[in-house]
Amino acid sequence: MRATRSRGAAIALTGVLAVSLSACAGGDDGASGPADLKMALWSSNEDHLALLQEIGDAYVAEHGDEVASITFEPVTNPDYIAGLTTQIAGGDVPDLAWIPEASGPEFVDSGILYDVRETLEGTEGYDLDDIIPAALEPWQDDAGGVYAYPFSNSPIALYVNETLLAEAGQPDVKALVGTPEYTWETVTDIAAATNGATGASGLNIPTFNPTNWSAVTMLGSAWGAAPWSEDGATCEFASPEMIEYLTWYQDQIARGAIPAVSGNAAPAAFASGDVAFSVAQLSQSGSLDDSFEWSFLPLPAGPEGYHPIVGQAGVSVLERSERKEEAAGFLAYLTNSANAELLAQFFPPPRQSLLNVETLSQAAPKLSPEEIQTAIIDVVPEAQVKPQHSVLSQFSDAVRAGLDPVWSGGDVESAVNEICEQISPTLEG
Amino acid sequence: MTALASAAEGGRAAPRRRPRPDRDRWLGAAFVAPQALGVIVLGVVPFFFVIWYSFNEWRPLTGQMEFIGLENYSRLIADPTFSASVLASLLFSAGVLVLNLVIAIGLAVLLNRRMKGTTAFRTIFFSPVVVSVVAWSVTWGFLLAPNGGINGALDLLGVTGPNWLADPSTALISLVVVQVFKGVGMNMVLFLAALQSVPEEIREAAQLDGASPSKSFWSITVPMIAPTILLTGILTTIGSLEVFAPVQLLTGGGPGDSTNVLPFFLYRTAFISQQFGYASAIGVVLFAIILALTMLQWTTRRKWVHDEV
Repeated sequence: MRATRSRGAAIALTGVLAVSLSACAGGDDGASGPADLKMALWSSNEDHLALLQEIGDAYVAEHGDEVASITFEPVTNPDYIAGLTTQIAGGDVPDLAWIPEASGPEFVDSGILYDVRETLEGTEGYDLDDIIPAALEPWQDDAGGVYAYPFSNSPIALYVNETLLAEAGQPDVKALVGTPEYTWETVTDIAAATNGATGASGLNIPTFNPTNWSAVTMLGSAWGAAPWSEDGATCEFASPEMIEYLTWYQDQIARGAIPAVSGNAAPAAFASGDVAFSVAQLSQSGSLDDSFEWSFLPLPAGPEGYHPIVGQAGVSVLERSERKEEAAGFLAYLTNSANAELLAQFFPPPRQSLLNVETLSQAAPKLSPEEIQTAIIDVVPEAQVKPQHSVLSQFSDAVRAGLDPVWSGGDVESAVNEICEQISPTLEG
Repeated sequence: MTALASAAEGGRAAPRRRPRPDRDRWLGAAFVAPQALGVIVLGVVPFFFVIWYSFNEWRPLTGQMEFIGLENYSRLIADPTFSASVLASLLFSAGVLVLNLVIAIGLAVLLNRRMKGTTAFRTIFFSPVVVSVVAWSVTWGFLLAPNGGINGALDLLGVTGPNWLADPSTALISLVVVQVFKGVGMNMVLFLAALQSVPEEIREAAQLDGASPSKSFWSITVPMIAPTILLTGILTTIGSLEVFAPVQLLTGGGPGDSTNVLPFFLYRTAFISQQFGYASAIGVVLFAIILALTMLQWTTRRKWVHDEV
């Protein structure tokens, strides 16, 4: 009797579990009829979402037979890729997704993204050739496939707190742009002097913390330094150029030009008014007010000259989407020239036809036409994204751990040799 | 008893309630079922899934999963980051366990004395328990910064403080302190309750027999509160081995791997390196370590916990 009851309870429990799990698994695949598209994105800014939804609704109105609805879902995890991965691992695969540049090559190489070249080229008036080649390059494979549209192509530049420099009795840096004196050496001299005179931070990189080490190593390009070879197979952290650059960086921390690293905390924000120089993207200008005078300048030159850098994010169609064709069709609409111009108020466009003061003034209304010309229009066509690697996620933590001694004044040469020893087997594949 | 029985027999027979074991059993099961279902669906089932994933190589973004047997576990043994992570976890846990229990017992003993202001002090020490761990960690981040509050105070004393979170010799102990002060109030309250249940007459008898306060504390108080020490010891060990938020917010696992504790290593392996199978193997090992340490404390309780049989 007891055994029968236990068996009955077990069957009942199994039934409940089966019902629960099947409920979690979701409904049908919905692969027929007009598609309900979903796009995952990093931003939860209400204005961004409203504009995207406006474009999405306009597309649905025009293509109701193909697409029934388009929703834009912010992934609110502080680490966007971690949030997106969790969502996808749980079976909730968006049709389109915003992909940060650091994950670009890895996603392209591992076949996660859908090739949209044919759709973009086949869309009337799209003009794929209008997209700046350097901006599109990270999202292409050797066979010419295009796996994302470089949705936001935002130059990294130098913000200068002119009020703070004047208080510290320092020269006008803006006047140095275009002259041979406009170098990292000059800027860090001024940063150290400002720090000494006012106690404010000298030069900071707001996105830098030890887990986001590439925010610092990317600037090494002005020293001719790169973390790995162009084909990605050889570690170059231990190259003389990288050692020279990291030693220089360490010296700047020691003399107060750059704030010391404190655990995993990000440095003080430029908007606080307590930072002399900040290396940041164009979009940061939106958070600045008139509480102090500031300017937006191109990055200074290093020993190996001037190397402009852009921060990027792409929008892709996921290979695992059940409605790839429809999603690619919407991507072509979302990123056509007219909509790229609309989106330019938030996201600097990668289209050559839109690289003009009038359009870019929407993205950064607080910049002067001269700043837009010298720090964006003159820079973007040649700018490179920061060094990327197709298996970066597999060795990024080893580099993070290896660079820690550099930030705290340890021996640079032994630290970078250790990094190369650690990551070379992964790079060599 | 006899009178009651006679009255019952003599008067009109009261309706006798028949025991209904089946009904009671089903009623009990119905009360327990929602919680049991939650534990099974959200705890037990995922646990077995994690064990299964640990035998696979799973790339979540492509949806590819391949059975590779024990390869993830053999990789763990050879992985120097994993060894460093286990060491960081054990050091962190040992530090939190010892410091937390010592401070909690000390505070409870002090607050157990009838003095002015004990309620205020009890509230002050307990308040971090109800503060958000994120707010707590961020605040400590400011305090531990090179030019933060702690080094500012040291400066006033003429001492140059270290870069607490960037120096391998101070980062882990800084995290231990952050974690201890976050949770010590809860243990303090539990110890206070335990101390108040120690009969006063036993202490008084010991005093009359000439026992010093110290002898009385070690020979009477500590054995009497040993069950609470066992409970708080187990809970503190489990909590410390599962620490994540302060590491994520304060050190990011660094410098080097000095604070790369197992839950943080697991998180980065799964969600940054996209290696779900390998991360599952780390999760299984973490579970085994927590289980082993809990069992160790539980099975040795008879030797040192008063009244345990």
